[in-house]
Amino acid sequence: MMGDLTFDSSRALEGGFADVPVHSAHAFRAAMECMARPGRIEDLAGGQGPEPLSVAASVLLLTLCDPETPVHLAGDHDAGPVRDWITFHTGAPLVGPEEAMFALGTWAALQPVDRFAIGTPEYPDRAATLIVETDRLEAEGAVLTGPGIRDQAALSLPEVAAFQANARLFPLGFDAFFTSGARVAALPRTTKVR
Amino acid sequence: MDGQDQAYNFAYLDEQTKRMIRRAILKGLAVPGYQVPFASREMPMPYGWGTGGVQVSAAVMVPEDRFKVIDQGADDTTNAVSIRKFFEKTAGVAVTERTGEATVIQTRHRIPEEELGEGQVLVYQVPIPEPLRFLEPSEVETRKMHALEEYGLMHVKLYEDIARHGAISTAYAYPVKVEGRYVMDPSPIPKFDNPKMEMAAVQLFGAGREQRIYALPPYTKVVSLDFEDHPFDPSKADHPCDLCGAEDSYLDEVIVDDAGGRMFVCSDTDYCGTRQANGHRGALAAEDAA
Repeated sequence: MMGDLTFDSSRALEGGFADVPVHSAHAFRAAMECMARPGRIEDLAGGQGPEPLSVAASVLLLTLCDPETPVHLAGDHDAGPVRDWITFHTGAPLVGPEEAMFALGTWAALQPVDRFAIGTPEYPDRAATLIVETDRLEAEGAVLTGPGIRDQAALSLPEVAAFQANARLFPLGFDAFFTSGARVAALPRTTKVR
Repeated sequence: MDGQDQAYNFAYLDEQTKRMIRRAILKGLAVPGYQVPFASREMPMPYGWGTGGVQVSAAVMVPEDRFKVIDQGADDTTNAVSIRKFFEKTAGVAVTERTGEATVIQTRHRIPEEELGEGQVLVYQVPIPEPLRFLEPSEVETRKMHALEEYGLMHVKLYEDIARHGAISTAYAYPVKVEGRYVMDPSPIPKFDNPKMEMAAVQLFGAGREQRIYALPPYTKVVSLDFEDHPFDPSKADHPCDLCGAEDSYLDEVIVDDAGGRMFVCSDTDYCGTRQANGHRGALAAEDAA
């Protein structure tokens, strides 16, 4: 990759965690709270990849991805600077949608989502995690119920039907993070959406 | 972070190991009660001493955490003390014995009496994560049974208990069904603790030797298996605590002399100590003080 003429080192080398163990610990704790409490919105900090990557998506990649996690980039996120940045900072192989453990893009770019792994009956954990970049992320809109939610929660989802269909696959199905600027929320396959 | 020994990476484990464990925790939360395989590492303590719990704690811990460890409810036993010291040294975190002040609580075989809240994480040490293991030794078969939701064998086992003893005799590691889907081993907590598992805190389970992580998000539905005519009974010793007088806590029976003398005391040392500090006294407390 270093010999690649399109590799812009000044951008690819920057934007990682300054203090990896501590930044990734804080980021994971926030991401875990989001996944454990669907609809909860947390702020992430400490990393920034090139455009169009948000801070929150950058930090999720730095925290969760490494050479063992194939990543799929969809739409505008499949750009040279983003590929270089992910390769340099995480070493994650960049792959097609079917092989991806993590898939990154806008909701429109990630379509159709039935390309992504949903796990197997014996290993439902072998399912993709989508990182969906959104323009806005607010605790309003779709109504969420299920594990992690005491009564009900609300989250501005890009659509409802796809997540209803995904929840019907339980215990199979993909899981999703939503990112907007520094903000992150999550929607595991267990959450019922209406 | 001031207290952290700089010879160690934060919280002992290397970053790639923590990422692998963190990914397993996220999938565990997404599929509550399902056992996620993970590449458990050698830890500087033997299997059976909480290596699974320690790895999960290391993966969730932040420098600002206040860490508590209990072994059968007690903060002052060898296992609890050594794990607490391990993270004081390798992560520099503050420690506490107060349940209400802790942000991460690692436990062996108990859930604290004091109700846990949002912002707290309870990490269980798990010896045998597979609830069907003593009924079916093959991992291939038990994995298939979970996939097919084939849990008849577990009900047969509980039924045989009733046929033989007149009641379900399982007193600890009492199996639960999570969100109406996966049968899960709650780790060897007394069945008295089972109803507490529907709580506001995040619950994570780590089995080091068996290389499994599983999880319960807050407010997840956790039902102890039973029968209509033999409903689940979270029983405890029919006795108040002899030190603090509590009638609602789980009790240990302690032999106190060679003549068969015994006393019942709270297994949760923080709960008992806090009650005594607040002036509550049990039947034998005055003698002790004298």
